[in-house]
Amino acid sequence: MKYVEDSRVIRQEQLSDGIFSLLLQTEKIAAEAAPGQFVLLWCSDGSRILPRPISICSASPADGTLRLVYRVTGKETGTEEFSRLQEGDSLRIEGPLGNGFDMDLPEEEHLLIVGGGIGIPPMLWVAEAAGCRKTVVLGYRSTPFMEEDFKERTEENDLWIATEDGTCGTRGNVLDVIRGQGISADRIYACGPKPMLHFLAAWAEENGIPCFVSMEERMACGIGACLACVCGTKETDSHTNVRNRRVCKEGPVFRSTEVEI
Amino acid sequence: MKTSVVIAGVELKNPVMTASGTFGSGEEFSGFYSLSELGAVVTKGVAREPWPGNPVPRIAETRSGMLNAIGLQNPGIDLFCRRDIPFLRQFDTKIIVNVCGRTVEDYCEVVSRLAEEPVDLLEINVSCPNVKEGGIAFGQDPRALQNITKEVKKAAAQPVIMKLSPNVTDITVMAKAAEAGGADAISLINTLTGMKIDIYRRCFALANRTGGLSGPAIKPVAVRMVYQAAHAVKIPVIGMGGIKDAEDALEFLMAGASAVAVGTANFMDPFAAPKTAAGIRQFMENQGIEDIHDIIGCV
Repeated sequence: MKYVEDSRVIRQEQLSDGIFSLLLQTEKIAAEAAPGQFVLLWCSDGSRILPRPISICSASPADGTLRLVYRVTGKETGTEEFSRLQEGDSLRIEGPLGNGFDMDLPEEEHLLIVGGGIGIPPMLWVAEAAGCRKTVVLGYRSTPFMEEDFKERTEENDLWIATEDGTCGTRGNVLDVIRGQGISADRIYACGPKPMLHFLAAWAEENGIPCFVSMEERMACGIGACLACVCGTKETDSHTNVRNRRVCKEGPVFRSTEVEI
Repeated sequence: MKTSVVIAGVELKNPVMTASGTFGSGEEFSGFYSLSELGAVVTKGVAREPWPGNPVPRIAETRSGMLNAIGLQNPGIDLFCRRDIPFLRQFDTKIIVNVCGRTVEDYCEVVSRLAEEPVDLLEINVSCPNVKEGGIAFGQDPRALQNITKEVKKAAAQPVIMKLSPNVTDITVMAKAAEAGGADAISLINTLTGMKIDIYRRCFALANRTGGLSGPAIKPVAVRMVYQAAHAVKIPVIGMGGIKDAEDALEFLMAGASAVAVGTANFMDPFAAPKTAAGIRQFMENQGIEDIHDIIGCV
């Protein structure tokens, strides 16, 4: 089920330059959310008419809280408005939306979790929920954020960091780490910028590893009605009857081999 | 209290419908409320064959509005008839199928195919600004509009609503052309052609370069055009363009619309359409209005 609620801000903190972490109290959304799903947030400024899709970083069904980590995309944007929210403020939210990652994995499976940039936050819940062996590779432009969160949820030596400017960890991108460290896996879950997903999916295919990616596209309704956020598919999709699928409804998580990245 | 209106012999329990393209075939919104709360559901445009639509990005937000260039992606009439019509039949609401095409023959073939289907009204999209052929090409030339209306009417078993474009110099000329072609009703406005530039990337915000502007930003233009059209023709006018609540809808009714459609507001609040219907009823109660016809065209 999907719900529209007026959630309450429990707290908000700035994690890094332009990166904010928002903890919300919800009635039903947190209880039904799953790793890889997203929510829509409405601005209080009515001239920003469309809701903003934000991935769920983690949720606690027991106390009904939802954590969202997002990037402020610029001056006078919806995300800038969200970044000013404080404890006790109200925020209109819809969710949980979309299909997340399959977390019903056999214990012996080795899962490689890859996050890049603002695609990193949703992978935290994936790391937390995965009961199998896992390796996490995170790629940043510069100074990392949420590093401690991931450290708490991974075994020592199973967390790798890449930064484009060499500030921390390997200088380069996530694939430089994966290749450099000779990391292999039985399955890959990833979220990040399109070029990262493109090259990761190609690497996974070369190595015969099933790879699932969380896609992003400009969306309006977030529920599959407006057909704004489509991505190309190799086969004709059963719903659209053409070769594209709705990122908000059938996705955002797709098997890398079924979509054009 | 009477909230029902009649469009071309079809009675809607209330004057609120959805605007084509903002509501799919209703399935996605039926998880929020019963579609029976609406006077009618207007489906997304359907063509003879499946259409893949335009490249992404297909939308961009603008102040109090949005641009879209979806490009009439649709699954084609066969799958639509098999899946979408039976779905909508579960609800106590009228079904209005929006039809798109590239040629007059395309439109007529879809319309003929729908003759046997349990749908109440047809809305002919001759005003989409986002496709190269068909669409708006018919909606900006009065002779072409009158001709396609006449041809569609010949092929249609259900009453025909012609959906007009606001991207014209004089809307009354187009309204009269549709009426002369035999249209049973007209609906307006479709989106206004617009453009947005991403100044940091130095490129168009939409892959299609131009898109249709919708949302609260266009409402005053829409109210004006509905008023002009309603005074130019005798057939019913369905008003739309930036309606987000009952107050907005009432403006259109008072301007002369017999019914209204909620479009982009469905994205601003998934409950916008039923709230608009409930709000009109509330307004009538508060103002002691017995029959909605007492306010239609009252200005």
